[in-house]
Amino acid sequence: MDNALPFGAASGQAARVDAVFLMILVIGVFFFFLTQGILIYFAVKYRRRRPDRDNETPAITGSPLLEVLWILIPSIVVVVIFYYGWRVYTDQRIPVAGATEVYVNARQWLYEIKYPDGRTAINEIRVPAGKPVKFILSAADVLHGFYLPDFRVKMDMVPGRVTTLWVQPDRPGNYQIFCTVYCGTGHSNMLAQLIVMPPREYAEWVEQGGRGGGEGGVHEPLAVRGERIVKNAGCLNCHAVDGKEKIAPNFRGLYGSKAPLEGGKSVTADEEYLRESIVDPGAKVVKGYPNVMPTFKATLPKEDIDAVVAYLKTLK
Amino acid sequence: MAEESGNGRGYLAERGWRSWAFTLDHKRVGAMYLWTTIFFFLVGGVFALLLRLELLSPQARYFSNHTYNVFFTLHGSMMIFLFIIPAIPSGLGNFFIPLHIGARDVAFPRLNIASYWVFAAGFLVIIGSLVAPMDTGWTFYTPYSAKSTSAVTTLSFGLFLIGMSSILTGLNFIVTIHKMRAPGMTWHRLPLFIWGMYATSIIQVIATPVIGVTFLLLVAERVFGVGFFDPSKGGDPVLFQHFFWFYSHPVVYVMILPAMGIISEVIPVFSRKPIFGYNAIAYSSLAIAFLGFLVWGHHMFTSGMSPLANAIFSFLTFFVAVPTAVKVFNWIATLYKGSITFESPMLYALTFIFLFIVGGLTGPFLGALATNVQLHDTYFVVAHFHYTMMGGTVMGFFAGLHYWFPKMTGKMLNEKVARAAWALIFVGFNVTFFTMFIVGVRGMPRRYAEYLPKYQVENVISTIGAAVLALGILVMCWNFLQGLRKGPPAPGNPWRALSLEWQTPSPPDTENFREIPVVTDWPYSYGKPEGPVA
Amino acid sequence: MSAPTPGHGDPRVAFETAKLGLWTFLATEVLLFGALFAAYTVFRVKYPALFQSEHLKLNRVLGTLNTFVLITSSLAVVLGVDAIRRGKARLLEKYYAATVLLGAVFLCVKYVEWTGEFHHGRYPGTNIFFSLYFMMTGLHGIHVILGMGALTYVVILSRRGRFSGTYHTPVEVVGLYWHFVDLVWIYLLPLLYLIG
Repeated sequence: MDNALPFGAASGQAARVDAVFLMILVIGVFFFFLTQGILIYFAVKYRRRRPDRDNETPAITGSPLLEVLWILIPSIVVVVIFYYGWRVYTDQRIPVAGATEVYVNARQWLYEIKYPDGRTAINEIRVPAGKPVKFILSAADVLHGFYLPDFRVKMDMVPGRVTTLWVQPDRPGNYQIFCTVYCGTGHSNMLAQLIVMPPREYAEWVEQGGRGGGEGGVHEPLAVRGERIVKNAGCLNCHAVDGKEKIAPNFRGLYGSKAPLEGGKSVTADEEYLRESIVDPGAKVVKGYPNVMPTFKATLPKEDIDAVVAYLKTLK
Repeated sequence: MAEESGNGRGYLAERGWRSWAFTLDHKRVGAMYLWTTIFFFLVGGVFALLLRLELLSPQARYFSNHTYNVFFTLHGSMMIFLFIIPAIPSGLGNFFIPLHIGARDVAFPRLNIASYWVFAAGFLVIIGSLVAPMDTGWTFYTPYSAKSTSAVTTLSFGLFLIGMSSILTGLNFIVTIHKMRAPGMTWHRLPLFIWGMYATSIIQVIATPVIGVTFLLLVAERVFGVGFFDPSKGGDPVLFQHFFWFYSHPVVYVMILPAMGIISEVIPVFSRKPIFGYNAIAYSSLAIAFLGFLVWGHHMFTSGMSPLANAIFSFLTFFVAVPTAVKVFNWIATLYKGSITFESPMLYALTFIFLFIVGGLTGPFLGALATNVQLHDTYFVVAHFHYTMMGGTVMGFFAGLHYWFPKMTGKMLNEKVARAAWALIFVGFNVTFFTMFIVGVRGMPRRYAEYLPKYQVENVISTIGAAVLALGILVMCWNFLQGLRKGPPAPGNPWRALSLEWQTPSPPDTENFREIPVVTDWPYSYGKPEGPVA
Repeated sequence: MSAPTPGHGDPRVAFETAKLGLWTFLATEVLLFGALFAAYTVFRVKYPALFQSEHLKLNRVLGTLNTFVLITSSLAVVLGVDAIRRGKARLLEKYYAATVLLGAVFLCVKYVEWTGEFHHGRYPGTNIFFSLYFMMTGLHGIHVILGMGALTYVVILSRRGRFSGTYHTPVEVVGLYWHFVDLVWIYLLPLLYLIG
């Protein structure tokens, strides 16, 4: 069952948001039944039963008392709702001291993660359970969003500005991250994961180099690992494997194919070309496609690039 | 006293395209706006159906993601700028404001037809921009809209013209209501539709110039690189949002206030009772117009605004709810001890109240800061604004169309077909949009061409609802066309209503009234002991 | 019962109607320019040093000259309105023609200023200050052109004998518009040219 509001909040702070939600829901449902109930009751009770009876209605034009009442009562109710919404929100904005800082930079259409110790990743953030995390958000090109529904937090990522968000993940698990500010064609594919690990597993992972996509065991075949990286690193936002082509060439049949380049020459997509496309995508752009691919030089280590190429070779 | 339709064609008598293109008759101007806006409603609706078709499957199936993004941009832009903003004010407002106040026309008839031509120029430019259709969303946020290679500049120019048309209409109405009232028509004898239109016109006049400048700035950004929204030049992308919402929030009150005015007209007629709380309803329109200018930041709580600014906007946002609630309570109180019948205008009016209550009660989730953070940019917002804009304004528009159809056309509609269409629309609407609250609470973001498989069930249900809703609308439109062609002749006052338009033939003569009436009472003297207006 | 038709029938009411219409229109113009003034304020607060250094590069002599040109043109409007109130249509035409001429002078001076800026490599987009300068004076310039058109149209109508001491509504209404155009400039001058 997913962690939808108002169940399954992933942190204490999120649970408080759920409490505000429930409060508003209860008040809303109460007034819903009250108003709709009276509306339907009056419509039924006072329906015209005899066609000639319609001049017997009383010429009531108003009631100052009622007006005052139904201005005062809603006013008080909304002030209460405002207050709790504001209190919980304010607490959400004040980061807890000692939070680990994780830098997240959004670009069309992926998230570049950077940890304080210099490790980087794409579309995957790993943190230990039980410790507060502060996300430092930025955007390289256009507006993006950072939404962790399970934690009930969201913040826009604005070019030229730094925004922040903090959470205290208590339970291990995989939590969805969505982009929520429309940013172009790949907007709905701009997904990421927050992976909260038990503290010991996290420590082991860091020791082993703490690289993105490192969930596979030592004996994981290169191509399998490559497939996993392709799924997580954002490649599929622009490249489809099969079927309807997105912004960039499909992966199936790519390896070994011959393609014309912008500028007249042509190239065979061999291992070297694939490797070059990942670290220096603008060097040889296939004719008819936009030159928008970002470089993965800083975010994918050599072993991961090897894995990706190995995977692509399997897609005949 | 009502006059029979012995005059035949009335204002429709003169034929030929020139009699329409260069008309100075507010009723013809209104009719042209109605045809045009309903046309764009249907086109916008087709885009909606295409979106819902694609959303049947989590992955891209029928069109590419880019095409989907273009479709939701066109759906939103057309519905908002070419339908819902002009439909009631420039359509029904133009037709009925002079009739309601006992005037022969608006204050500036030539400005009126000019406003239609500016509107037409605007939509032609917008259609022209479809050669490189935009995928920015109707909100055009920078930097994406500044960098996009689609025809943003052309579209901005088209929307600028649409905005100008809106300003001219609002200006005309303000002066008309101030200066052209019949003798004896004091402010407190005005129909509540007029109060609603007056408040609407004030908003149009004050807010629309700001979106005009916003479009100019966007164009300047694209053409000259002025950099107000470009961080690399010292600009701020969020500044665009402030400019944009400074207009776009008040504009939702431009959308709802005229519809509320229609409800205030229909409920008393079909309850045979005076409207309850006339002053409260009248003044709440002005209060809504005023407060509506103070809350634009509630669209931007997650944009990086300071917590203090967020708190102020949240607090003020809740207070717009109060005058709105006041109206709802007064309408319901009007039903008390009434003698109610359920002809199609009343069905739509009651539907408006029902659906608008749902839309309104989902507002606090978005106004409250803590829950806004969770629900912003999800389908919860999409559901909320469809309940208020479609469940609200569009139902009010349908109520007005059904109510005033006999007056405008001189024909009666088929009531049975009208009610069948209503039932389809009511069911289809709720199935389509209520599911969006659920999927939004579960975290599904909006503007997603593809979505996670766990959201599929609600999306399929919503699409089925959309099909039913579309069918209902088609039946309703077919009923209108049938009514126009072969509806039975309408009497001058089929609903036995008391406002001044019902004292003219159906359809009215070009001059509206043979003699300008002298008004001695308000138009809600139903029930004993008073009788109708002289 | 037959009552006098208000509005179009009674000339007094017709005049008041036209004036209310124009004042409402001026309200929209205030919002139009107001939005740009708001952008100006936001950026001025953000970049005080930029505004300080860049505003000195503007030609204050020409800016001040243009201010006198516009103020004189408004004086011509006042005199023209006064003339037609006394029934002197020919005199009105002379004054309003003078206003149009002064408007043209304003635009010529503006042209000289702008080309001067271009010559120094300062364009819209050079920096935020100059973007604001060109946008605000540009929008104002468009309004000057529109005003000149309206004034010319009034002169043409007058030559056709349309106006008299009792009826001259378009003269008053267009004159009021021109005063507004002048007023906007009075705000632009210090904000762009004078304040450091």
